[in-house]
This record gives sequence, structure tokens and C-alpha cells, in this order.
Amino acid sequence: MSESLTFHYDVDGEDFTSAGQASVQVKKNLRRLGIAPDIIRQVSIAMYEGEINMVIHAGGGEADVIVSEDKIDIILADHGPGIADIELAMQEGYSTAPDSVRSLGFGAGMGLPNMKRYMDEMTIDSTVGVGTTIKMTVYLNR
Amino acid sequence: MYAHSVELDVSKCTGCTTCIRHCPTEAIRIRNGHAVINEERCIDCGECIRLCPNNAKRAMCSKFEHYQHYKWKIALPAPALYGQFDGLEDVDTVLQGLLDIGFDDVFEVASAAELVTEYTRLYLKTEGIKKPVISSACPAVVRLISLRYPYLRDNIMPILPPIEIAAALARKKAKEEHPDFDDGDIGIFFISPCPAKVSYIRNGFGDYKSKIDVVVSLKDIYFMLMGVLKRGTSPKVSSNAGMIGIGWASSGGEASAILNDKYLAADGIENINKVLDAIENGNIPQLEFVELNACPGGCVGGVMTIENPYIARTRLQSVRRYLPVSLNRLPADMHYIPDSFCSNELPKYMPISRLSESFSESMRMMSEIQKIRDMLPGIDCGACGSPSCRAFAEDIVRGTAEISKCCVLKNAAETGDTDDGK
Repeated sequence: MSESLTFHYDVDGEDFTSAGQASVQVKKNLRRLGIAPDIIRQVSIAMYEGEINMVIHAGGGEADVIVSEDKIDIILADHGPGIADIELAMQEGYSTAPDSVRSLGFGAGMGLPNMKRYMDEMTIDSTVGVGTTIKMTVYLNR
Repeated sequence: MYAHSVELDVSKCTGCTTCIRHCPTEAIRIRNGHAVINEERCIDCGECIRLCPNNAKRAMCSKFEHYQHYKWKIALPAPALYGQFDGLEDVDTVLQGLLDIGFDDVFEVASAAELVTEYTRLYLKTEGIKKPVISSACPAVVRLISLRYPYLRDNIMPILPPIEIAAALARKKAKEEHPDFDDGDIGIFFISPCPAKVSYIRNGFGDYKSKIDVVVSLKDIYFMLMGVLKRGTSPKVSSNAGMIGIGWASSGGEASAILNDKYLAADGIENINKVLDAIENGNIPQLEFVELNACPGGCVGGVMTIENPYIARTRLQSVRRYLPVSLNRLPADMHYIPDSFCSNELPKYMPISRLSESFSESMRMMSEIQKIRDMLPGIDCGACGSPSCRAFAEDIVRGTAEISKCCVLKNAAETGDTDDGK
């Protein structure tokens, strides 16, 4: 089997309350594929954090989840402000989220570190003023 | 095979699409003009019974009058029963009524619930347990977790639900009072507000077999009680449950009783799914305890109750008002949970939504589903008998439906109208 499957989601930047929907949809699709529960959870957490980030910082974006024989790739792409200092952004507790968002319980500076923690690989490609693309991979040890 | 307790009266079912669109696990399809329930997916939540406009769905329960061969019949009323009566001043009247309709004794589930509350407080102090602890009381929730949230299976509290503890204690009491009775002489009757508990009792839980002998519907018992309840007379029995035990009947009652403000109580399957998704993703930190009830409002919202859950809840507030907080306390030196109160088995993960046992076949099927779904109108009308266009596409790929059943596509082909509404 060489075919891979792509699930595509638009993350709506206008609506804070719908953030997390793509993560729930991904979970359902991965269950249909019979992916192991712990992998589903890892993907779901990384997706959720990514979605929230896109809503808070970038006004939304797009998420693609690509399932192949041996791995799941997640590509999150937005046209937001970009990340000026990626190393700093990866530090736990560092956040540029506005107070309005923090008062809702978001913006704890754990999003990116959490994504890295649950994925096997993660790369961030970002240009200030242009946008950010995050690519994450988790391997399926079957 | 799991024995369910939701059944369909085919003669009443018109094949309308109400139940298929509201079933939280997409377990129902319309085939040959009537509903068909997929037993693997059904969690016995009773949502289809609640919503069926033709009363074609019902819960399977036993009739009290068919079980008169027991020499000693003990009623185990769910606390939700007390919320069904208008102007009820005290629970004793209802308990006396149960004796008057033919039960020999009564053991309140509410009093066992108070013990479960006490043991829950102990359990929450145990080192190394997975938090948040999820209540084990609602069987529909436990089954939902085993189907959809395998990662949260070990968050479920290993303490048996109040109905089982009540059954064990009731039998023990009966044997102490009547040493001449054999086990087969004693019949434990649970008066159930919902089909999920009926299924739990019929199936047990893994190797655990329920200690309840007969499940009767709260609705049936209600109508029997209506004929005998006399207000103003003095009942010969008295209730052994306080505010906490009776509080278990509605959502939040169990959780608020653990005396820890880090709890969450949610009711209704849709809300429960949101809460479980959030817990699974770690989005609700520092929670100690989670109470989830499949029925809106909690057990008072069960489909085998009479009264609207919110009215029942208000009635329970007046019944509870002058009661002591709890009548079932553990001795101060009790620091462990007895084995007989525990269930050491995790619910088994059942990957029911998996397309195929083979990963590559699942991938192929999923890709097929995506292709078919793109062809479908996407209006989720349900006329094909599947709950949504996505589910219809999956049914086609699984070989249980044919694309010719899509009347929107058919109509477009017949009229030459290619506007598919997207």
C-alpha cells in the first residue's frame, strides 16, 4: 500500500468557540482507520493546540492531516504575523497572547512545547508578516 | 453478545428519520421502511425512545406481577422516583406505597449512594490514581467511554454503582432477618429510570454479574403507586437517606457531595462528548472528579420517568430541604474501600467505528468514502436511511447501502438539474 489519505480542515479564525472542531473530526477519522488510541490522542492534542494557536495569533488557517502506511503528518499553515523568534516561542511559558485571550484560560505558553512533546518530529517555518507553517510527524509502530 | 434493552415496535415505526439523526453513536438506520438498531454501537442511552414521535421505541423491562414467586420481594427505588409526585412531603409515603403494592421490604438506592459518596472521598485521596476520576454510576457513559474514549477507561472510578451496593446490602439484610430463606427465595427488584441501567443489570460488567434479579420500569411502578399513595396516614417505614443520597437523582448531586470544589458535572450526551474530548486533550486541568449523566438533568431525566426532569428536580429540593445531610456514614476508623464495593475490571475497548481490521483496507475504504461523500449533496436529509451524507457514504462502502437510495441525486438525474445544492 502506497496511497496516503489526506483530511483537510479550514480553521475559522473568526470564531473562538469553534476552535478544536478539526481536532475532534480528526479523532473520528483516525478511529475509523483503526489507529491505536494513544496515537489518536497524541495527534488530537497537537491538532488542538495548533488550531488554538491559529485562532489566537493568525486569524485562522488550514490544517491537513496526511495518513500514510507508517506515519501521520500534520501540516498547519496560516497567513498570520509569523513568529519572530522561534526558539523563544518554543520555551514553556512564553506567550504573546493578548490578555483578553489569557482571561479565557488560553495563552499559557504551552501550545508549541506541547505539540513538540506529543509528536515525533516538528518543524516550524515562519516569516514575519507572511505566515507560519508547522509540520509535525508521528510514526506508527505497527 | 451485549443484550440491549431498547426495542422497536415495527408496527408503530413509520420510518421517519427522527431517531437516526439524533442517535449519538449513529447506531440506527432506516431499512425496509423502519428503524434498525446496530447492537454493537448502541449505548442504551434512550435518546431514540425520548424523541420517537410515534412511540415506536421502548425499553424492555420486566413486569412486577410476573415475579410473584419470590417469597421475599425487595424494592430498590432509584431516588428519581421521589421526584415524580406532586406535593410529596416525605419519602416515607412512597416507601409505604411500595409495601402496599406488594413488596415485602424496601432498600433505597439513595442510601447506598451515600455510602458510595463516602468511599469516593476516600478513593480521591488514594495515591497514584488517574485524575480526574470519572463517576461509574451512569452505564451509558461507561459504555460510551469504552467505545470512544479508550484512553479514559482507567479514569472511571472502580467503585460499583449504588444500585449494586444497594442490592448486596439488601440481600444481606434479608438473610440476617430471615435466616430460613434460601437465596432463591429473595428477589431484588430495581425500579429503574432508564434503559441503560436495565442493560447494565442484564449484561453485568466483564466478569461481574449484577446482584439485581428483576428490573421494573419506574413508570410502571409509578402507576401502581398512584392507586395506593395516601397522604396524611402515617407510614410504617422510614427513609434511610439524607440530602446527599436523594441529590444523586439529578445532575451535580453526586459530584457536589464529595466536598471538593474541583469537580465538573455534565449531562446530555452531546455535552458529555465535549467534556470527554476536553479531558482527553488535557484542556481541563486540576479537575478531581467528573460526574456525567447521559440523560438531561441527570437520572430524573431518564426515559422511564414520568415528570419533566427540571420539575422533578424542583420537587426533590422540597423533599430534601429538612433532611439531614447524610444518614450513611463510614466509621471514623474506616480507611479503605472493601473489595465487595469495587469492580476491578476496566471496560473493554471496542473499536466499533473501525472500518476494517486491516489498516490498508481501512485506508482504501476511507478513500472511497471521501470520493462518494464528495458526490453526495451534503444536506444530511436522512431520506436514504443513514443519519448523514458522510454516514451514507460509509454505509455504501461497507456494502450496507446503495447510492441509488439518494433521492437528491436521483432527482437531479431525472430532471437534468446538475445544481447539487453545494
